[in-house]
Amino acid sequence: MAELLQIKNIRKTFPGVVALDDVSFSVEAGEIHTLLGENGAGKSTLMNVLTGLYHPDRGELLLDGKQVQFTSPRNSLARGIGMVHQHFMLVPAHTVFDNILLAMDRVPLIYDRKTFQQKIQKIIDEFELDLDLNARVWKLSIGAQQWIELIKLLLRDCRLLILDEPTAVLTPQEADRLFAVLRRLQQQGKSIIFISHKMREVMDISDRVTVLKKGRSIATLERGQFDRETLATLMIGSDQIPQWQKNLQMSDKIVLDIRNLSVRNDRGLADLDDFSLQLKEGEILGIAGVAGNGQKALAEALTGLKPVNRGRILAGEQDLTHSSARASYISGIAHIPEDRKSIGIAPDLNVADNLIMKSFKNPCYRHGIFQNLRAIRGNARDKVSRFAIKTGSDTAPVRYLSGGNIQKVIIARELSERPKVLVALYPTRGLDIGSAEYVHKVITDGAADGMSTILIAEDLDELLKLCDRIAVIFRGRLIGYADPRTTTREEIGLMMSGEKRRIAS
Amino acid sequence: MVEILLDATIRAGTPILFATLGAILNERAGIINLGIEGLMLIGALAGFAGTFTSGSPLIGVVAAFAAAFVAGGIHALITVQLRGNQIVSGLALTMFGIGITALFGRTMVGETITGLERVAIPGLAQLPVVGRAVFSQDLLIYTSFVLVFALWFFFYRTRVGLALRTVGENPAAADTCGLSVSCYRFFAVTIGAGLVGIGGAYLSLAMTPMWIENMSAGRGWIAVALVIFSGWSSQRALLGAYLFGGITAMQLRFQAVGTDISTHILQMLPYAFTILVLVVSTIRLQKGAGQQPQSLGLPYDREDRK
Repeated sequence: MAELLQIKNIRKTFPGVVALDDVSFSVEAGEIHTLLGENGAGKSTLMNVLTGLYHPDRGELLLDGKQVQFTSPRNSLARGIGMVHQHFMLVPAHTVFDNILLAMDRVPLIYDRKTFQQKIQKIIDEFELDLDLNARVWKLSIGAQQWIELIKLLLRDCRLLILDEPTAVLTPQEADRLFAVLRRLQQQGKSIIFISHKMREVMDISDRVTVLKKGRSIATLERGQFDRETLATLMIGSDQIPQWQKNLQMSDKIVLDIRNLSVRNDRGLADLDDFSLQLKEGEILGIAGVAGNGQKALAEALTGLKPVNRGRILAGEQDLTHSSARASYISGIAHIPEDRKSIGIAPDLNVADNLIMKSFKNPCYRHGIFQNLRAIRGNARDKVSRFAIKTGSDTAPVRYLSGGNIQKVIIARELSERPKVLVALYPTRGLDIGSAEYVHKVITDGAADGMSTILIAEDLDELLKLCDRIAVIFRGRLIGYADPRTTTREEIGLMMSGEKRRIAS
Repeated sequence: MVEILLDATIRAGTPILFATLGAILNERAGIINLGIEGLMLIGALAGFAGTFTSGSPLIGVVAAFAAAFVAGGIHALITVQLRGNQIVSGLALTMFGIGITALFGRTMVGETITGLERVAIPGLAQLPVVGRAVFSQDLLIYTSFVLVFALWFFFYRTRVGLALRTVGENPAAADTCGLSVSCYRFFAVTIGAGLVGIGGAYLSLAMTPMWIENMSAGRGWIAVALVIFSGWSSQRALLGAYLFGGITAMQLRFQAVGTDISTHILQMLPYAFTILVLVVSTIRLQKGAGQQPQSLGLPYDREDRK
């Protein structure tokens, strides 16, 4: 087969970070080529280089054997390379039609709405999709939004489609539909670069797999050469996947009782709808669900960041339904937020200040109205060594730390007052294997000491490995519970898509 | 009586209308412009000077647009190309405008020109009530009527308008579609500034055909508030501008007729109303009416890793 695109020795650095060190691989016409790698291995950066969003520091791209330089997505689109970004490039307030029209070629200044609507509808029908062109994007499910992104590329007649973790936001069933469409596109002679770290999908769909690790391409394997074990070994670098001892003797004491909770978002729609959950002492309770089904609202309601519209949150004797974030924290609910850089820390303050952010009023950190700097620094030294936080300098802003170390700062702060309940929202997202394992260890160690955890995660393997029970959330409602010892991925997948209910725990 | 009030309302509202439309064009592309007041003054002086030297008010209008276009280019350079702070740059532009027009306007103080003349539209101008107020006005007022519709058409019926709105909502989406974010933003800022300049020229060419230092008297700030009131829509900007025009006309009328109310209180009315409008429209905004462009005020850096 002809080589469509060759990538040679690409290097890309950001201030303080080498995102891509040395990456080379090639894509043939009509193949589905998977890029496999851990979070942070450089997959998304590489694709942003391919589409001209980032300029590489070194290396070259060859398209049809000729060297090309993309300075903007306009260049790469003109050469038939299009991408579905992990974070969708859509305008939520605009209609589906407006979003798609903008991506189309040769639209006259004053366009005839009908003609273009028909053009778009033709593609929608061809792939048997279900999309209302006049709907506003924010009203659509994440899955539907992804179809919009794909249609944008199909209308552009791209030869090479790049999909950056398209299945992260889909149920297993929706993912299967996506794969069917991808195979059809492949038959039409299009090449596809598929990015994922879900082994099952990679095995399923790839013609070839290139493994990225720490910004380097370390191997390209043909179909037949790879199996799960080889790929996992290449990707992670060790063939053991450690198993934690599950804490099977939970106490029956209920530490957190969520009753019929309803939370509305800024647009007045229900993020959580009549949601009930009971958390037992020392339990790790997983919340599984496709992203955007109310997980964030749940965490924010529990930690006092979002007002509750109906229902109650009880912690033992205390009613936390309408308490502030500070009151929730004092009564023993700690929070590892989803967006660690914008909510978890104050990025421009140093480690020591970030560590006392929730306890700065504590008398041991102050002399009257003044700060007790010695105590604050002492606390920082203690936490840095206890949680093995790698910092450059004590006074450097915390945003210069790596993602894993920022997460450790947050964990050190949140766990320092021995909370009764930890609400962790995607705590390992974007972390390397070592840091993720560390987070897991903190949670399981905490459970052994009697701390209860609500672990909201998107990786089913992570949930199956850690949790005592898994609750599945769909459109803000509790769909049911799964027992990690007996359930299957398929069963949880069906529950995540709302097709199966199982309320008995 | 009603006829005269309506006429005065439209004439007092027109400079604010131009300024608000210009600011809407800026903000639709995601750039906040607090330099409106300065741009109006620059437009007012350039318009007056252009008319004074050439003898033609139309050349004055072109000069006002051009001068404000260039001054807006400074704001565009700082906020779009250099990704500077939009608030600071806008405030600096206002101070720059006040200062530079005071300096160069000294020679113009006391000079007189023949300003924009009324042009009656045959037939329509004889209509009762609205005849004089709407159909017997100067060319700039007719232009402003057309502009309100033209901006709506541009935003919602043309490809470039859609692209501009996308740039203001989510510049990354526009970028990945192959559109140049900085090009759209640059011209939205400069052309919008040019419209603000015409608003300023209306003050010195039609309302009071002379140059007075600081003659915009806070109208630029009222326009900034009206952008929020309008929910970034040109039709509602018309409504808002005439509302202010109406209050101004009323208070002038009161002063002419003579009342017991202190003139200071009367002159304060439009500004007090600004505060009221801001409070009301902010509450409306929070309830989700008239969404502001999502990327308003945010510089776009392609390689910024969030």
